[in-house]
Amino acid sequence: MIRLRKLAQASARDMMVLAVVVAVLALVPFGVSRFTLSVAISALIFALAGIGWNVLSGFAGQFSFGHAAYFGLGAYTVAVTLTRYSISPWLGLILGGLVAAVFGLLTGWISFRFGLKGAYFALATFALAEMLRLTFNNFDFVGAGIGITIPLAGGDDWARIQFEDTPSLQYFVILGLVALSTIAVIAITKSRIGSMMLAVREDEDAASALGINPLRAKLIAIAISGFITALAGGFYTQFLLFIDPDLAFGPFVSVLILLRPIIGGVGTIWGPVLGAGILSVLGEVTRSLVREPPSFLQVIEGVNGLDQVLFGLILIVVIIRAPDGVIGWFHRRRQADTA
Amino acid sequence: MRGRLRQAAWAVLAILVAVILTQSTWWDTNQTVFAQALVSGLLIGGVYALVAMGLSLVFGVLDIINFAHGALMTIAIYASYLLFDNYGIDPYVSLLITIPLLFVIGVGIQRFAINPVMDAPIHNQLLLTLGIAIVIENLALVLFTGTPRSIELAYARNEFDLGLFTLDFPIKVFGAVVSLPKLIAFMVALLLGGAIYVLIHRTQLGAAIRAAAQEPEGAEMVGIDVRRIYTITFGIGAACVGAAGALVMPFLFVSPTAGATFNIIAFIVVVLGGMGSIPGAVVGGLVIGLTQEMTQIFVPGSSKLLGVFVIFLAVLLFRPQGLFGKVQR
Repeated sequence: MIRLRKLAQASARDMMVLAVVVAVLALVPFGVSRFTLSVAISALIFALAGIGWNVLSGFAGQFSFGHAAYFGLGAYTVAVTLTRYSISPWLGLILGGLVAAVFGLLTGWISFRFGLKGAYFALATFALAEMLRLTFNNFDFVGAGIGITIPLAGGDDWARIQFEDTPSLQYFVILGLVALSTIAVIAITKSRIGSMMLAVREDEDAASALGINPLRAKLIAIAISGFITALAGGFYTQFLLFIDPDLAFGPFVSVLILLRPIIGGVGTIWGPVLGAGILSVLGEVTRSLVREPPSFLQVIEGVNGLDQVLFGLILIVVIIRAPDGVIGWFHRRRQADTA
Repeated sequence: MRGRLRQAAWAVLAILVAVILTQSTWWDTNQTVFAQALVSGLLIGGVYALVAMGLSLVFGVLDIINFAHGALMTIAIYASYLLFDNYGIDPYVSLLITIPLLFVIGVGIQRFAINPVMDAPIHNQLLLTLGIAIVIENLALVLFTGTPRSIELAYARNEFDLGLFTLDFPIKVFGAVVSLPKLIAFMVALLLGGAIYVLIHRTQLGAAIRAAAQEPEGAEMVGIDVRRIYTITFGIGAACVGAAGALVMPFLFVSPTAGATFNIIAFIVVVLGGMGSIPGAVVGGLVIGLTQEMTQIFVPGSSKLLGVFVIFLAVLLFRPQGLFGKVQR
C-alpha cells in the first residue's frame, strides 16, 4: 500500500496531464466528419503502437526496427480467434498481447543472450518481422497472401467492437486503450523496473556493476512493449475489418510505428501521442494540398506521390533541426531562454 | 589446429553430400532446375556484391545504417533508362555517366544532410536516410509514374564470334540458361569490386578512409579531414549503386521501388560478409544470391527471401562480425 501511495504521489503531475489530454481528445469526435474521425482513430492506433515501441526503444534503449512483428501478431490473433473460434475481440486483444509478449521474450532472450545491440539488434528485429511476413504470406491457416476479412456485425456491437451506427464509440475505445497504456508507462517510469531500464540504456556495464540484471530489464521491456504494440495491431484489425501480411508485418508498418515517438520525443511519456497528433495533421494538410491546391499551384493537383515527397522532406528537416523530437526541442528552447 | 580440423570435416561433409546428390535419382530429375538456380544465384549474387560493397563502406566507415542506398540505385536505374530511351545510349556506356552522377549526389547528401547528424543516435541517422529514400522514390513516382518499364537490348540474343569459339546467347550451361545482360552485369560488377578493393587497400585515399573508419580521432590527429573522408566515402558508396543500377537496368522492370529490394539484400550481405570488408561483400553477395535461388528448390512455395533471412539471423547471432570481419572490442 505504501509503495502504491508513493507511486501515486510521484506520478500525480503526469496523471493530471493525462486527465487533461484525455479530456481534450474526448472532444474530438463531436462535430467532425466521419472521414476526420477515421483519421483520428488511426492516429490513436499508431500512437498506441508507438507507446509500445517507446518502452523498449525509448526507455530501455534497444532500438527496434521491426515492431511490425508485434503489431502484426496482435492483428492476426484478433482476426484468427474471431473468424475461426468466434472469440470476442476483447479477449482477442489480450491474447494477441500475450502472443506478442511471448514472441518478444523468446526472440529477445536469444538476441540479448547473444549480445546483439545497436544497429545489429535493429537489423535482427527487422529480419524477424520480415520472416513473419513471408511466413504468413504462405500460411493457409491465416489466409496466406489474401488475408482475413472480418465479417460485419451490423449496427453497434460492443462484444465485437464494431460500431456501424455510432463510429465515435470506436474512437472512445481506442482512446481508452491509449489512456490505460499511458498510465502503465507512467507507472513503469516511476517504478524500480523503470529505473533499471534507464540505467541499462545509459550504461549497461555500469548498471550490471550496480547489481542490475540487464538481460532481465531488457526482457521485461520487450514483453511490455510487445504487449502494448500488439493491442494497437489487434484494434487495427477491428478498425479496417481486414488484415493481410503486408498491412500487418510490412516494413513500412515498423516505420509508421517508430516515426511517432521519434518525432514527438524518444523516451518521453508524451512523445508518441504528440508525434501522432503532429504527423496526422501534417499528413492531412499535405494530402488536401495535393487534392485541392491553391490556384497558383494548380499543376500539382492530384499528382501521385507528391504528398509523400513533402512528408519525406519535412521528416529530413525535423531530424536535422530537432534531433531529439519536438519535446526535446521545447526543452532546449526553455533552457536557452533561462540561461 | 582444431579450427583446421573442423574445416576439413566440413569440407569432407560437403563432398559427401555432393557425391550422394550426384548419384541419387533426385539429382537426375532436378539437375536442370538445380543448375539454373546455381547459375541465376551466382550471376545475381555478383550484382548483390557490388551493391553491398557500397553499403558496406558506408556502414563500416561512417557507422550509419543507410536506408537510402536502394533509392540511390533507383536514380541510377532511371538515369540509365532515360539515356537509353531518349538518346539511345547503350546501358553499358551509360555507366560512364551514372557512376559520376551518383558520386556527386552521394557527396551532396552526405555534405548537406548526414554530416550534421553524424553524432546523433542511430535511430536519427536511420530515419534521416529513410526520409531521403521516401523523397527519392516518390519523386520518381511523381516524375515517371508507377508504370513499370523495361527495355530490350538489340544484341542480347546475338551470336558472338570470339575467334576460338562462338557464343550464341542465351547460352546454356548444363541445361541452365545464361542471358547476356546478366553475365555482363556479373562480370562488370566483380571487375568494379576489384577496382574498389585496390582503391581502399592500395591508395593513399584508401588508407585515409581505413584510418577514419578505425580511429576517427587518431586520423584527425595525423591531419586527415575526417568529415571530408566521410563525404568521399558516401560518394563512393553511392557510385557503387550508380554502376549497379545501370547494370541491372537491362533485365529489370524499371519502377520507383526497383532499387529498394536490393537495399534489404545488401544489408544482409554486409552483415554476412562483415562490415567494411570488400572480399566479405563479394563472398556474401554470392552466398545470398545462391541461397535465395536454392530456397525455391528446397522449400517449394516459399518466398525466395525466407532462406536468406534465416541465414541472416544465424549470422547475427553466431557471428555478428560476419565472415570476414574482425571481432570488435
